[in-house]
Amino acid sequence: MAKAKVTFQDIDTTVNVPAGTRVIEISEKVGSGIIYGCREGDCGTCMMQVVEGWNNLTEPSVLEEKILKENMAGRHNRLACQAQVLGDIAVKPA
Amino acid sequence: MNSRDDLTTPGKAVEVAPGVHWIGAMDPDLRTFDIILKTANGTTYNSYLVRGDDGVAVIDTVKAGFQGEFFARLESVADYSEIRTIVLNHLEPDHSGALPELMRRAPQASLYISKRATSMLKALLKPNQGGFEYQRADTGDRIELGGRTLRFLHTPFLHWPDTQCTYLEEEGVLFSGDIFGCHYCDSRLFNDRAGDFRFSFDYYYAHIMRPFKSHVREALALIGPLKLNLVAPAHGPVLRDRPRRYVNRYRELSAPSIDAEMGEDERSFLIFYMSSYGNTARMAESVADGAESVAGVRISLYDLEGGEVEPFADLIEEADALAFGSPTINGDAVKPVWDLLSSLTVIDLRGKVGAAFGSYGWSGEAVSMVEDRLRGLKLRVPVQGKRIKLVPTEDELEECRSFGRQVAQALVGEGGASRVFDMADLG
Repeated sequence: MAKAKVTFQDIDTTVNVPAGTRVIEISEKVGSGIIYGCREGDCGTCMMQVVEGWNNLTEPSVLEEKILKENMAGRHNRLACQAQVLGDIAVKPA
Repeated sequence: MNSRDDLTTPGKAVEVAPGVHWIGAMDPDLRTFDIILKTANGTTYNSYLVRGDDGVAVIDTVKAGFQGEFFARLESVADYSEIRTIVLNHLEPDHSGALPELMRRAPQASLYISKRATSMLKALLKPNQGGFEYQRADTGDRIELGGRTLRFLHTPFLHWPDTQCTYLEEEGVLFSGDIFGCHYCDSRLFNDRAGDFRFSFDYYYAHIMRPFKSHVREALALIGPLKLNLVAPAHGPVLRDRPRRYVNRYRELSAPSIDAEMGEDERSFLIFYMSSYGNTARMAESVADGAESVAGVRISLYDLEGGEVEPFADLIEEADALAFGSPTINGDAVKPVWDLLSSLTVIDLRGKVGAAFGSYGWSGEAVSMVEDRLRGLKLRVPVQGKRIKLVPTEDELEECRSFGRQVAQALVGEGGASRVFDMADLG
């Protein structure tokens, strides 16, 4: 299976993951400062900043787009509980 | 209810400023609000009506069971056909309960809610299928009522994501929603005539607004420059006598309390523990020793057996990192630890560093259970918890020092070298 590197810049930590992994599956295990609320894409708590590899994440769903908008997301913000990794990315808490 | 000098005759509106009427409802018998809040004086659901040359605006409604009282007061000062605008500063059911019926009686009116309120409106009014049309309001948006201007202030998370304030520019009246409110029912209505509600005001802040202190400060930055002749909250007395005092009180309550105590470059790291045979206590002391060795971190060590939850919660609010030491007894962390960890909902813990450690006899679940709780409370848990079987050796205490040092380093951002893992190794 294709592998990808996810770098959490706030703790200078990189994890090699299979493509398709959601950021939520790894960020807590390594102690990144990305924090979670509902864990199902509804509350916007887990907004993260995608610093590198914006196009290496799955496209946001209509629901995620709506929640990002309601939470006044910036240009390179995604929800860590929704975004799936397709290639190398670097993220940090928004 | 305090009933002397009653201004709130049934079926009558009360003028609180020129052309501005209180049309709310009294709930004197309420003793518990929203499960979590006590009130010795009931509460009020405040709604207001603003009359302009070109029509009328209604600001907030009341809890569903009180809509008869609300409509009777409204009808005493306006006809439904005059209502052009309905504003909901906050969608919680105690303010939106009469909205469906009000929209039915005034179908021509435009509904204004904050830009964060749209999904809540739909969820709250699910039984009213078909829904309502609404306008999304943001800071600076205005509505002209003919010689009267309503201006919106976006004040999210006070105390729901949707909350906003509405300001009547010509009269200097701030319709503040739950901000500056309290659960206190007094038919004398105004702050200079009602009984002593200072306790209720502070209590309401402590339970409703305190978890959102940073948002309180942002809202005060918007409210601060306004000319304020009257603050009209959604609960409790209408603040007409020196309303600025209540703004200042919020400023005091939302300010950090130990700013001056901690140095500017210093981070506060609190270590709480509970120990039955002294093993977790010895671990705690070693964790503290290790953490102390990191420059810029000030350590405080507390035995939970010797303290009460509430003052500890106050300390935790101002701290930057927290570690909890608990033995494992019958497969769980001990009750004083859970008592403290279940009493932190009024505090903003987001992003603080958390850690757990403890001695155990055979299974040792406490540490991972506490870590999960810390994550649930939105703390960051950067270092895997430390467990030691029964009595720690000197080598194991050294491991505890190293653990404390690592947590403190994570707190000050000294992560050391970059780390690389495979997902399969993360457990």
